[in-house]
Amino acid sequence: MSNTGDKIVFFQPDQERRKSSYLAQEGISAGFPSPADDFKELRISIDREVVKNEEATFYARVSGESMQGAGLDDGDLLVIDRSLEPQDNKIAVCFIDGEFTVKRLKVEEDCVYLMPENSKYKPIKVTEDNQLIIWGVVTYVVKKV
Amino acid sequence: MVILSNNDGCVIARSNEAKALGIPMGAPAFKFRNEFKKHNIKVFSSNYPLYGDMSNRVMKILETYTPNVEIYSIDEAFLKFEGFDHFDLFTMGLKMRKQVRQWTGIPVSVGLAPTKALSKIANKIAKKFDQKTQGVYCIDSNEKRLKALKWTPIGNVWGVGRQHAKRLKAMQVKTALDFVNLPDEWVKKHMSILGLRLKKDLEGIPSIQLEEVVPSKKSIATTRSFKNILTIFNNLEERITTYALLGAEKLRKQKSCATALHVFVRSNPFDPKSEQYRNGCTITLPHATDSNFILNRYALMGLRSIFKPGIEYKKAGVILLGLTPSFSRQINLFEQDTAKHTALMETLDKIHRRYGPHRMKLASQDLKQTWKMKREHLSNRFTTEMNEIIRVK
Repeated sequence: MSNTGDKIVFFQPDQERRKSSYLAQEGISAGFPSPADDFKELRISIDREVVKNEEATFYARVSGESMQGAGLDDGDLLVIDRSLEPQDNKIAVCFIDGEFTVKRLKVEEDCVYLMPENSKYKPIKVTEDNQLIIWGVVTYVVKKV
Repeated sequence: MVILSNNDGCVIARSNEAKALGIPMGAPAFKFRNEFKKHNIKVFSSNYPLYGDMSNRVMKILETYTPNVEIYSIDEAFLKFEGFDHFDLFTMGLKMRKQVRQWTGIPVSVGLAPTKALSKIANKIAKKFDQKTQGVYCIDSNEKRLKALKWTPIGNVWGVGRQHAKRLKAMQVKTALDFVNLPDEWVKKHMSILGLRLKKDLEGIPSIQLEEVVPSKKSIATTRSFKNILTIFNNLEERITTYALLGAEKLRKQKSCATALHVFVRSNPFDPKSEQYRNGCTITLPHATDSNFILNRYALMGLRSIFKPGIEYKKAGVILLGLTPSFSRQINLFEQDTAKHTALMETLDKIHRRYGPHRMKLASQDLKQTWKMKREHLSNRFTTEMNEIIRVK
């Protein structure tokens, strides 16, 4: 806008021949590009390795020594994947008569046993009187060395 | 089993067994304490971290079935199956239900129908007759649709509020079927275009669209009843600051700014012996903001204007109003601190996300946090807190 005497003259931008230009928002650096850029990979993550199924994964803490023989010690962290079908010989977290327990499943024709791996503990025979939910299959044990 | 509201106030969710025992929705916990004991009803406080995470898992699983999902609330979702003509949707419903159950342990019911309003009814049927339906019900013929509409009382129709239900019942419209038989003109005149859309939906003509993008909230309210009575200004000041900041954090999460706020306090209306007082005030902010400092400053200004000494305060709250998107807010010529605040707030939110809430506070907040929500029956946060995961023998 310029003021010439008592008249005001408006200048308008030229809309007709608008040239578009690229806005480099990330900035352009003039140095030598990193030779490693083309080889970038994701850093190793335990989470990605251990959790195959985020929505079905739960964690539990071992309490006691009933599964010592299978390498599950008191205080260890268990990774449980509920998307896996429970099968014979799998280690599973079970909910039996109102309590959580971790044992190896032994499926026989007409009954299920929850097998400890420590001679001090007895197998649990699941009968009709018990209320059993096989809560989820254990996939990994995380322990502090 | 029953679940109590924030502060263990009243019953907000009941298991089928508790319903059968006649525990009403909204029952004040203190009045029903003996009842709970007598019937051995397990009582739990609200556990939103666990609830939210489990809801998230369920929704994520549902999203693998179709790309068009509307998460309607924490425990409800609409799924649109477009171009699934060659699929048996009933079988898919069964699969969905089974998968959610196995992966998360959450029981869900599935209602299938050509429209949203009908799918709500189908879902009700699936839930009510879960033995017979295996938890999945499909309204896929006109015959089934009419039967379902006849079965549904008008007050239970999705989107028919209490006022409309009352009026409709007065004119002998008792079921969803009666409602559908009303003339279009009447519905449009008395219940607006929304009512007409609902009617069309119930007729099987899709009229209520799937809302995949949840609209931002228009206001954010943070209000609480106190566990104990507060009488001293400084204590109330601490509460108001905390509420303002909680609201501000939610505000930033949805990328909005507030242009006004409302502060209120009140005494305990259930204690007839104490002097009754309630007051509130609304303040227009000088410019739209999401800054802790500015929101807190004006919230406290509001509190000072309504605080009356000698009152036993039981509840207070801060409501952030006139929300506008952060990117399109009107800026003010004289505001100076916004840019600085934005960066600071971002950092603050990051710290809270990483190290848990309440790590950094304003000086007017209580550092020891002597105040706590009453949650005497809280279950563990099994999926969000390492120290609270299940223990297995």
